[in-house]
Amino acid sequence: MKAQKHIMTMLVDNEPGVVSRVAGLFSGKGFNIESICGSPTHNPEVSRITIVTRADAPVIEQIEKQLRKLINVLKLRSLNGPHCVRRELALVCIPVKPEQRPEVLRIVDLVGGRVADAGLNHLIVEVSGEQEEIETAIRLLEPYGIKKLARTGPIGLIREPK
Amino acid sequence: MTGAQILLRMLAEESVDTLFGYPGGAVIDIYDELARSEIRHVLVRHEQAAVHAADGYARARGTVGVCLVTSGPGATNSVTGIASAYADSIPLVVLTGQVPTHLIGNDAFQEVDIVGITRPCTKHNYLVPSVDQLAPILKEAFHLARSGRPGPVLVDIPKNVQSARTLFRPPAPLRARPYAAVSEPHAGQLRTAARLIQTARRPLIFAGGGVIRAGAAPELTRLARRFRIPVTCSLMGLGAFPGDDPLFLGMLGMHGTYAANLSTGACDLLLGVGVRFDDRVTGKTDAFAPQATIVHIDIDPTSIRKNVPVRVPLVGDCRVSLERLNDLLDDPPGDALEEARREWLARIEEWKTCRPLCYRTDGTIKPQQVVETLYELTRGEAIITTEVGQNQMWAAQYYRVRHPGHFITSGGLGTMGFGLPAAIGAQIACPEKTVVDIAGDGSIQMNIQELATAVQYRLPVKVVILNNGCLGMVRQWQELFYGGRYSATCNNAQPDFVKLAEAYGAFGLRAERPEEVLPVLERGLSLPGPAILDFRVTPEECVYPMVPAGAPITEMLLV
Ligand SMILES: Cc1ncc(C[n+]2csc(CCOP(=O)(O)OP(=O)(O)O)c2C)c(N)n1
Ligand SMILES: [Mg+2]
Repeated sequence: MKAQKHIMTMLVDNEPGVVSRVAGLFSGKGFNIESICGSPTHNPEVSRITIVTRADAPVIEQIEKQLRKLINVLKLRSLNGPHCVRRELALVCIPVKPEQRPEVLRIVDLVGGRVADAGLNHLIVEVSGEQEEIETAIRLLEPYGIKKLARTGPIGLIREPK
Repeated sequence: MTGAQILLRMLAEESVDTLFGYPGGAVIDIYDELARSEIRHVLVRHEQAAVHAADGYARARGTVGVCLVTSGPGATNSVTGIASAYADSIPLVVLTGQVPTHLIGNDAFQEVDIVGITRPCTKHNYLVPSVDQLAPILKEAFHLARSGRPGPVLVDIPKNVQSARTLFRPPAPLRARPYAAVSEPHAGQLRTAARLIQTARRPLIFAGGGVIRAGAAPELTRLARRFRIPVTCSLMGLGAFPGDDPLFLGMLGMHGTYAANLSTGACDLLLGVGVRFDDRVTGKTDAFAPQATIVHIDIDPTSIRKNVPVRVPLVGDCRVSLERLNDLLDDPPGDALEEARREWLARIEEWKTCRPLCYRTDGTIKPQQVVETLYELTRGEAIITTEVGQNQMWAAQYYRVRHPGHFITSGGLGTMGFGLPAAIGAQIACPEKTVVDIAGDGSIQMNIQELATAVQYRLPVKVVILNNGCLGMVRQWQELFYGGRYSATCNNAQPDFVKLAEAYGAFGLRAERPEEVLPVLERGLSLPGPAILDFRVTPEECVYPMVPAGAPITEMLLV
C-alpha cells in the first residue's frame, strides 16, 4: 500500500503535557510526523493540534484510533479533501542585492506573498496558502539562496454548510 | 481536611480496603494518616512488588488494585510493575509522592518526572496541581482504570498537596469524555456475526484476557457449550473456559497445543473474543487462520485489524456482546451443518489424541510432572501465579485452569519476578484459596525478598520452583536456534532455596527424585505458612510444542 500525506486536527484539553502525549504516541508507535502545530482556541480550556503525517491507509486508521484513545483528545477530524480549508504560513529570508529587488518583488507578487521585513541586502517574504502554494513560492525563491526559513505547518477547518 | 485525609476518604469511597506500598519522605503525610485509617496497608519489600501485588489482587478479585510509593527511586522502582499491568490491561491506581510543587523542575532531592516516565505505559496519568484538584482527579483515575479496556493510572501527588488544607467537597460527576468506551456492539455487525456462527462448518472460539476482565467467561462458556464450538485460549485467556471441558483445546500459539494450532489453521470461522492477536499467538500473520473468516470482539478499537484482517469487527464489551450473540442465536444448525460440525469435532479429537501434550520420562524429575501432580492434588482449584520462562509455559500447558482469575501471569510484558508478589496480592484477595506461584530458579530471585512480606502477613503462599539450574527458556532458544552456545544462561551460582526460605522464616522443602514429587507437594501444600518447594528438575528439558518465531503456527517442533 502507498504512503500518502494525511492531515488531521484535534481539539485537546489545554493542560500541561498534552502535546507531549500526542507527540509521544507518534514516536512511541513509530508513526511519522511531518509537521505539528499547536495553538489556543476561543475556549481557554481547549487547544487545537494539527498534524501532518505520511502513512498508508491501515496505519492512518490505527493512528486515528490510537489518538482517540488518549484521554485528553476531545475530538479528532481529518482535514483532507475539498470540504476543508487549509493554510500554512512561511517566512522566507533571502539575501537580495538592491539591483535584484524588482525581480524578487515580482515573484513575491506572483505567489501572493508580502514583504514582512526589508533591509539593504535582504528581504523576509511572508507567504500563506495551501502547502503546495508554499512549496511553489519556496521553489521560485530558492535561486536567490534561502538564508532562513520558518514554516508553521498547515492548520485547517472543515467548511460549514453553505 | 488535608490532602492526605482527602486521599484516604476518596479511597474509602472507591471501596478500597487494601493498599500495597512502601513509605518515604514524599508520602510520609499519607502514611501518618494511614496509621489511623481502616484501610489495610501491606508493606512490601520493593516498590516493583507493590505494583505486582496490587496487580495480583486486582486480577484475583476483579477490582481495581491500589499501591502507594514515594517519589524518586520509589516511583522509578514501580515502573516495571506499571508497564506489566499496562501490557495485560489490569486496572490499577498507582499513587506516587512528589516533591513539593515549588521545587518541581529544580532537580530537588528524590525528584523524578514520573508522569513523563510513565506516559507511554499508563492508560493515563496526572500530576495533582493543587489540593482542590485531588478529589476530582482521584475519582477520574479510578473511573479510567476500570472502564473500557482497563489499565494502570498513575496519580503523582506533591508533598505540599498532601499537607495543604481545603474544604472537602465530594467531586462533581465526571466530565463527559469522548474517550468513553462503547459497551454495546453495532447491531448490524452482531447479526452478521450471528449468521456466520450459525452457518460455519468448522467454527472455533479464541478467547483472551478481555473475556476475564469483562466477566464474560460464563457467557462464553454458554455459547461454546450450546453450539458445541471448540475453544482455545491465549495465555491471558486461560480460565475463561473450563480447562477440563472436552471442548477445550488448550492454549494457542508459540507453545500452544497441536490440536489448538492445527484447528486454527483449519477452521472456517474464528471468533476472537477479548484478544489482540499478538505475535506469540499468530506466528507468521500471513499464514494465520488462512481458511477462516475472522469475527473479532474487543472493547478497544485499536486492537481490531492491528495484526490480522478482520471480516466482522464488534467493538464493545465482551460480556454484552456475547450476551447479544447468545440471544440472537437460537436454532441449532440444520442437519447438513450438523454433520459437518460433527466431523469437525471428530477431526479435532483425533488431533488431541494423536499428539497430546507429552514428555519423556527418565530417572529425573520432569517439570511437567510437577505441574501435573500439583493440578491433581489441588483438583484444578488453586489460584496459580507464574514467573516467566519455561515454568510459565509448563504451568499454562499442564495446569488446566478452571475458573477466570485463577491463572495470573505476566503475559504481555513477560516480567520475571512477577509471580511471588502477584501471589501475595492474590492470597490477600482470596484468603481461603490455595495460592501457588509456579516459579523458575532465575525469576524467583528477582523478587525473592517478598518472602518477608508473606511471612510478616502470614500469607500461606507456596512457591513451587521448577529448578532446572538455568535460565531455561533462553537456554532452549540457544539450544534450538543458536547452535548450543549457552551464553550466560547456565552454570550460574545459585542459593540454597531451602535454607533461604528458612532464613526468611518460611518453610523450605526439596525434591530430587521423581518419587519425591508427590510427597513433597502434599506436605508443602499442607503447611500452614509460606513455603518454597524446590524441585530439582531435568536441566535440559525443553517446552514443546514450539513454533519457531515467525513461522506459521501450524509448523511445530514436537517432542
Ligand atoms: C525481567 C526480565 N528479564 C529478562 C527476561 C528474559 N527471560 C525470559 S525467560 C528467562 C529465563 C527465566 O529463567 P527461570 O526463571 O529459571 O525460568 P525457566 O525458563 O528456567 O523455567 C529470561 C532471562 C525476562 N522475561 N524478564
Ligand atoms: Mg530455570
